[in-house]
Amino acid sequence: MTARNAPSPTAGWTSWRTARPNHHPSDALLVAYGSGSLGEGLSLAVALHLARCPDCRATLAGVEAVGGVLLDDLPPAPLDGLTLAGTLARLDRESATATPPRPAASGRDPALPAPLRPYVPSLEGLAWQRLAPGVRRVELLPRTASGGAAQLLRIAPGTALPHHGHGGVELTLVLSGHFADELGRYGPGDLAEVDGDTRHQPIADSHRDCVCLIATDAPLRFTGLMGRLMQPFIGL
Amino acid sequence: MIASLASVLSPTADPDPGGARAPGTEPAADLAAGLAADLVAVAAAGDRAAFARLFAHFAPRVKAYMLKLGMPAQKAEDLAQDTLLTVWRKASLYDPARAEPASWVFTIARNLRIDALRRERHPEVSDDELLEHEDERPRADDLLDGDRRARRLRGALATLTPEQAEVVRLSFFADLAHPAIAERLDVPLGTVKSRLRLAMAKIRKALGDDDR
Repeated sequence: MTARNAPSPTAGWTSWRTARPNHHPSDALLVAYGSGSLGEGLSLAVALHLARCPDCRATLAGVEAVGGVLLDDLPPAPLDGLTLAGTLARLDRESATATPPRPAASGRDPALPAPLRPYVPSLEGLAWQRLAPGVRRVELLPRTASGGAAQLLRIAPGTALPHHGHGGVELTLVLSGHFADELGRYGPGDLAEVDGDTRHQPIADSHRDCVCLIATDAPLRFTGLMGRLMQPFIGL
Repeated sequence: MIASLASVLSPTADPDPGGARAPGTEPAADLAAGLAADLVAVAAAGDRAAFARLFAHFAPRVKAYMLKLGMPAQKAEDLAQDTLLTVWRKASLYDPARAEPASWVFTIARNLRIDALRRERHPEVSDDELLEHEDERPRADDLLDGDRRARRLRGALATLTPEQAEVVRLSFFADLAHPAIAERLDVPLGTVKSRLRLAMAKIRKALGDDDR
């Protein structure tokens, strides 16, 4: 099923560096991300958008500033065993056995958007699995403790995913190429945020493959969704 | 400034113990400026007296934050220590032009909590990574100075309706997804989201550039 010899999607990703998104996360989603109540998969989709969107980074700074005020205004909790002296002693022990700081993301593939680097070794190393005609997939986060999931989909030009709805939140972040649904057209950096009863039918509508990250907050629903999505293709 | 530093050093000198300061008042902004200077001193010279002030201010508050989110007392204290150790190690990444000390410390505590609770990471775009795109970092003259920013933010928070303030607090302290917040408040999900949108509009306006 693995298709390592498929045409490289790398070329399409170059537009990432100049992407200026038009579709943004809602304020509510940025509050969830900034407050730390959003799961890892959904947070990854938001972080990828933030990497390309100065406006949303400014909103996030506001969310985190609110977090700071709330922290500052909390009634201080009395400390039991925790002391300044004990903390300084730990600092001394650590600096005595200090290891050189591990090289940051620089060791990873610089062609990858930064937030993806911890999850994917390199663009070339992506093991695309064929899921259905015109659709390939790489699972990034099969299942996280908070119940989220995230995967990369690569959709061939002209492929339409079947109409579907969702129970939970589904975020789609375009990494390269374009897709369109009833709500608009999405290109690199754009985030489609769908929840509740929204139904949509995404279509990869440019001449190149559309590569996107799809994150959900509920793996069982997602499994169910993938099942429904692929039903017409694989004849389940 | 001197008074607020004294209040950090000695809890008895705190003019308003319990952290129930009125929004937008001078002491909060002065306190923030003092803590920002302390972070810079830790980064520049490993200043332990400055670290002691940061510890006295933040360790009990980070513990309170962890407790509020349901951490057991011992774990809350461990995470408070880890937060302060990270403050020491990463002080050089703190930029006073970009954030209040409390919001920077908040992000550290938030990420450590996520890691401890869910064994998950919090994917982020760090300032380091934005350096790859030099032109995208905010220019210094686009940023309000720390004192003005702190005062404006507290002023904006004071204008939130009780309903807006409640969903903001629940977002930070209840570790609930928005549908669960809606359920707890017995309002539609759309209401939770619109309250957050209205709250963030006020905050964005307060923190935004006057000229825009």
